[in-house]
Amino acid sequence: MSTTIDKNSMHRVVIVGAGPAGVRAAETLVAAGIAPVVIDEAPRAGGQIYRQPPADAGFARSKRTLYGMEAGKADAVHSTMTTLLAKIDYRPDTLVWGCGAAQLDTFHAGRQRTVLHSHLLIATGATDRVLPFPGWTLPGVYTLGAAQIALKSQGCAIGRRVVFAGTGPLLYLVAYQYAKAGAQVEAVLDTNPFSRQIAATPRLLRQPSTFAKGLYYVGWLAARGVRIERGVTLVRATGDKAVQAMTYRDGDQELTIPCDAVGFGYGLRSETQLADLAGCRFRFDALNRAWLPERDSAGRSSVPGVYLAGDGAGIAGADAAELAGRRAALAMLEDLGHRVGSADVQAQVAKLDRQLANIAQFRIGLEQAFAPPPDCASHWPDNMTVCRCEEIDAGTLRRCIRAGEASEINRLKALTRVGMGRCQGRMCGAAAAELLSAETGKPIAEAGRLRGQAPIKPVPLSIAMMDEASQADHLAAIPEHARDD
Amino acid sequence: MTNLPSAASVVQPLIAADAAPQFVRLTETHRKQVTLTLDGVAITALTGDTVLSAVLLHARRVRDTEFSGEPRAGFCLMGACQDCWVQLEEGTRIRACSTFVKDGMRVLTRPLGVTGA
Repeated sequence: MSTTIDKNSMHRVVIVGAGPAGVRAAETLVAAGIAPVVIDEAPRAGGQIYRQPPADAGFARSKRTLYGMEAGKADAVHSTMTTLLAKIDYRPDTLVWGCGAAQLDTFHAGRQRTVLHSHLLIATGATDRVLPFPGWTLPGVYTLGAAQIALKSQGCAIGRRVVFAGTGPLLYLVAYQYAKAGAQVEAVLDTNPFSRQIAATPRLLRQPSTFAKGLYYVGWLAARGVRIERGVTLVRATGDKAVQAMTYRDGDQELTIPCDAVGFGYGLRSETQLADLAGCRFRFDALNRAWLPERDSAGRSSVPGVYLAGDGAGIAGADAAELAGRRAALAMLEDLGHRVGSADVQAQVAKLDRQLANIAQFRIGLEQAFAPPPDCASHWPDNMTVCRCEEIDAGTLRRCIRAGEASEINRLKALTRVGMGRCQGRMCGAAAAELLSAETGKPIAEAGRLRGQAPIKPVPLSIAMMDEASQADHLAAIPEHARDD
Repeated sequence: MTNLPSAASVVQPLIAADAAPQFVRLTETHRKQVTLTLDGVAITALTGDTVLSAVLLHARRVRDTEFSGEPRAGFCLMGACQDCWVQLEEGTRIRACSTFVKDGMRVLTRPLGVTGA
């Protein structure tokens, strides 16, 4: 037996996120006769990885230019979304700021709207994992993701002379994309030694073509004389009012590179706030060094009717996101009473599970090759800003921890305001946890998990108290975010 | 000034710190031009530019922090860090990285008093 779901039935399937996971999940649902609501904060589908330039604005670069060797995959995700448009309820430019057991709170074009769901897939993606260094709040210092968006979506470089720093595959990819687009890349500073990347090779070979692409980017940069330094420590960015130089340490030597922009990051971190608000149970994931919502291999969370896929549920990359989106949609179909016992569906599931397991091995290799710097927090000077929203420095956090007032991150937040600002800890949460762990000498898992709160991103203060019917039109003005009280 | 390192560590400045634009336009230059104002001064941008790009193609800061008054120029460009909120002259606050420019837009990087909240 098969069930058809539409807006009027008692079931309502909602997908949050239109990146590779969300699009493939929608495709799988549509193929089974279900028309999901797809809500995305971006104006165009693709997520961050396959982000498209603004529509109807005269952008003319080809997909080959925009996405390089990933052009085929990007195009496939975009064209799938185009074919789905007539069959789904697509809501771009829409922020989901709250999430309950059976409803989402959304905000679009100045208006609040409540969206009911019986089955919810959360595919909210990731942001850069940020670990600070002195000077990281200076104008001109951006995340690696930001550097890539400036180029991909705006045709701009983040500066005239750019240093890329941190670690992870994105470090080399963005440097390559910049150099190829004609930007001046002053240096690539990888905090991991090359030996770690060699040691990780057997696992990285589980995804040979991805591995080969990584080697290609490094080789291309080296062949063009781009300076690549490995096994370094990022010491500080300096400048008066904006960044003018990046200093790093290589062994006993401190070296300084003049520049007017820095792009940095240490891999990615999952956007888990909605899963948190939905009531999903979390567990500490050692590979991601983060608390993640629990899920079974199909993507079911601990809350019936709530499913997880893509980087928002644990970093695994775009290919895995497409597979996990499909897999979670199949689980959803099964739970909705669709016939999934056929040999065809079973074979599909087995194949997806096998591919995902392979990528999981590759992921272990990536974390091995590009681990965040161990013990970085103990070297942070007291006057370094940790929380860029509330401007809380490392010394303030240390004093609070050393006085025995906080040994857990939510308590630290309550006492110092770290993670309490507009970004809700997206930029400082990892750093605060590392600092807690370094100060208390306890494993980072015991630093605890920063709890999410609605609104997960700034929305007008008054809308949380209004429903759609009573929504007034004068709400276009967006005042300060309700970050206090 | 908590985040600024000591003068001793600063090497010879490349350029006067905030005298030049932050972003550089590398490509996609054949788009329609629009005019907006940045703190009262007319600037040009291209259709499809975000407000953040438009500002940073002319300056190295988009706002000052509420506590120390340090300059900021955005950080994540994907709507996560919330470090690029600016105000329009009519009072609306916008996140510069996720708002596209419109002809006649009047952007303030130093907001006036709170209005309409």
